[in-house]
Amino acid sequence: MKFKTFAAFVAPSVFMMLLFIAFPLVSVFIQSFYVTQPVYETVAVETCTPGFTGQICTTETKSVPRLDDNGKIVEVTRFVGLESYRNVLEPARFWAAVKARSWAALQAIDFWKALRFTLMFTLVTLPLVIGMGLAIAIVINNASRAIRGPVIFVSLLPFIITPVIGALSINWLFRGDGILTAGLEWWLGRDIALFAQAWTIELLMVLYRVWHVAPFAAIVFYAGLQTVNQDSLESALIDGASRWERLRYIIIPHLMPLITFVAIIHLMDTYRVFEEIVGFSSQGHVISLQWLTYDFLKPDQAGNRSISRASASAMLTMIGIVIILVPLLRRTWRDHRGAGA
Amino acid sequence: MSARALRQPLGLRLASGSFLALWCLIAAFPIVWITVMSFKAPVDAFSSNALHVIFGPETLARGKGWSVLDIVLGGAVIWATLWLAMRALPGAVRAWSPQGAVALGWVLGALGLGLGFIVVFFVAVPALTGLLNPLAGPLGQDVIGATTEHYRTVWIERGFANNFKNSLIVTTGVVTVSLTVGTLAGYGLARSGSTLAFWILILALVFRALPHSVLVAGYLPVFINSAEWLAPILGDNAPTLYGKPLAVIAVLVAINQPFTIWMLRSFFSNIPADLDEAARVDGCSHFQAFRRVIMPVMWPGVITTGLFSFLLAYNDFLVTSLLLDASNQTMVPAIAGMFNRETTTTDQVVAVAAAVSITAPLFLLVMAFQRQIVSGLTAGAVKG
Repeated sequence: MKFKTFAAFVAPSVFMMLLFIAFPLVSVFIQSFYVTQPVYETVAVETCTPGFTGQICTTETKSVPRLDDNGKIVEVTRFVGLESYRNVLEPARFWAAVKARSWAALQAIDFWKALRFTLMFTLVTLPLVIGMGLAIAIVINNASRAIRGPVIFVSLLPFIITPVIGALSINWLFRGDGILTAGLEWWLGRDIALFAQAWTIELLMVLYRVWHVAPFAAIVFYAGLQTVNQDSLESALIDGASRWERLRYIIIPHLMPLITFVAIIHLMDTYRVFEEIVGFSSQGHVISLQWLTYDFLKPDQAGNRSISRASASAMLTMIGIVIILVPLLRRTWRDHRGAGA
Repeated sequence: MSARALRQPLGLRLASGSFLALWCLIAAFPIVWITVMSFKAPVDAFSSNALHVIFGPETLARGKGWSVLDIVLGGAVIWATLWLAMRALPGAVRAWSPQGAVALGWVLGALGLGLGFIVVFFVAVPALTGLLNPLAGPLGQDVIGATTEHYRTVWIERGFANNFKNSLIVTTGVVTVSLTVGTLAGYGLARSGSTLAFWILILALVFRALPHSVLVAGYLPVFINSAEWLAPILGDNAPTLYGKPLAVIAVLVAINQPFTIWMLRSFFSNIPADLDEAARVDGCSHFQAFRRVIMPVMWPGVITTGLFSFLLAYNDFLVTSLLLDASNQTMVPAIAGMFNRETTTTDQVVAVAAAVSITAPLFLLVMAFQRQIVSGLTAGAVKG
């Protein structure tokens, strides 16, 4: 294909990606070094109230935003360097907490709290999703052909459901004396409040995420199971391999590329954990990195959005993405060069 | 020999079967349960006794319930609709729609069926059972407490219909635009082995990993102030992009683009290049070959990719909640807005009904397109 034709086919897509993904990235990077604020001026306001002998006057100084001729608030943008990053990372409090060796103090700072949860969540759900996906794929493959269709239909439901709604529905089952909490209380014979402390909420979030993503892993692995080489299975059987050995030495190696694929997709998606925080309304106890940026972007009570702080926290979030992507990109690059040579 | 040698002992088969059953139960339970909850009075819906939630004694005590007759008739209507959709509709569409307009035929057929279902189920059946229940004796007595009042509250009083309309606008826009742009790019990338194509794909992969909040942080100031910086180009009626569904469509298309081109590329790679070579020999330009020869055999891949674009746009919370204002809100952020400090249990059940309303179209989608969804999930994986 000539370069010109190729360019004509690809141009609209590349243009959209540059305009709506690359350009915002650059602008976020720049924004994180600037702060836009209304200009405040101090005015002396004299208020007088009628008194017995005469008027009682008090003079107060107030700071009010300066208005321009159209009555709009005047704003200035100034370069602040790394100040927004300092506001997000709070290095002073961070070092104080590290020096005092106080985990609780460290977890009182929003960014570090969010970072801890995001990393924990990503690393804990990964093996669970892969294990659960494999198990489901193997039992679906084991079931008789007639029921596979309906079973896959039911399995797809948790995957297809809107994440916020999925989290909400789990929330409703456990919130207060929800039906599953009531069941647990009856079983354990004691009172449980699942939304009163962070670790139970995190446990529910992990359970929700595994419920939500395991079907995806299961279906990818199930498709892989259809192409397992039957001859090698048979020869393994003749060599006296047990069921477990056949799974361990033939099926799992065959699925390995798919496991890597699911792991990468899962790492990317889980690092962005956000909907769970909204669905469980857990911001009091548990927050994630993406939620932190979202919270800065939301207007506060005065209607102001802390854009520069959001940009700083977004750039910090990006560092994690880069760390996840580097090994993947290096591998793809090596493959590409290998294929080209 | 293999069949017998590979046969599993009974214990293993039992274990495998029961694990499968357990998984199906876990997968379906939350969705089924909130559906049941949405039909009950608040006291029943949040009761800690499972039987109360299912049979709804409190709802029944308020005089709201379904008799055996209601359940049988309603079930029959649902079953008939499903039967029509699965068996009769495909044939009818094929027979009635004019040449070349099959897609339009499907849209009209599905719309007609949906409308018919709503009219029969929510108007005709209640009227009929209202007449028949007093005559039917014990069969006409209410046995299960259930009420549709929460759905009425959501859709009529809370203006959910408006949110639904916005969701419809956003999803339709996203699916159409991202497929148009994506198929072109996917085809180009699949047919070109150049290093540039490789770098575009890698760049797309990097973009796919970006958290959406990073991008929104970039859009927000630009969108809010767009009236100012667009003024030199568009004059006085330059729009504020913040709160406009069109702006959100553009954003979601772009966010979705990396995924779309990867998926379509892997579908296009499965189509032999000989096909367009042959068309080129017969005197087609590249674009004609794409339109006349490749597109007709590409429909399965395009439909699958369209489904995933639909899911992204429909399920999105972050982008729509930050970039749309209250009057243009789509369904998913609207439901999050139903919770505040004054939330009562009635509001909670109303939110449950809203959640079920959001899930219902997805349920139908899996039903109609299960095969395409499965093939889409595995398409990216098999190609690596």
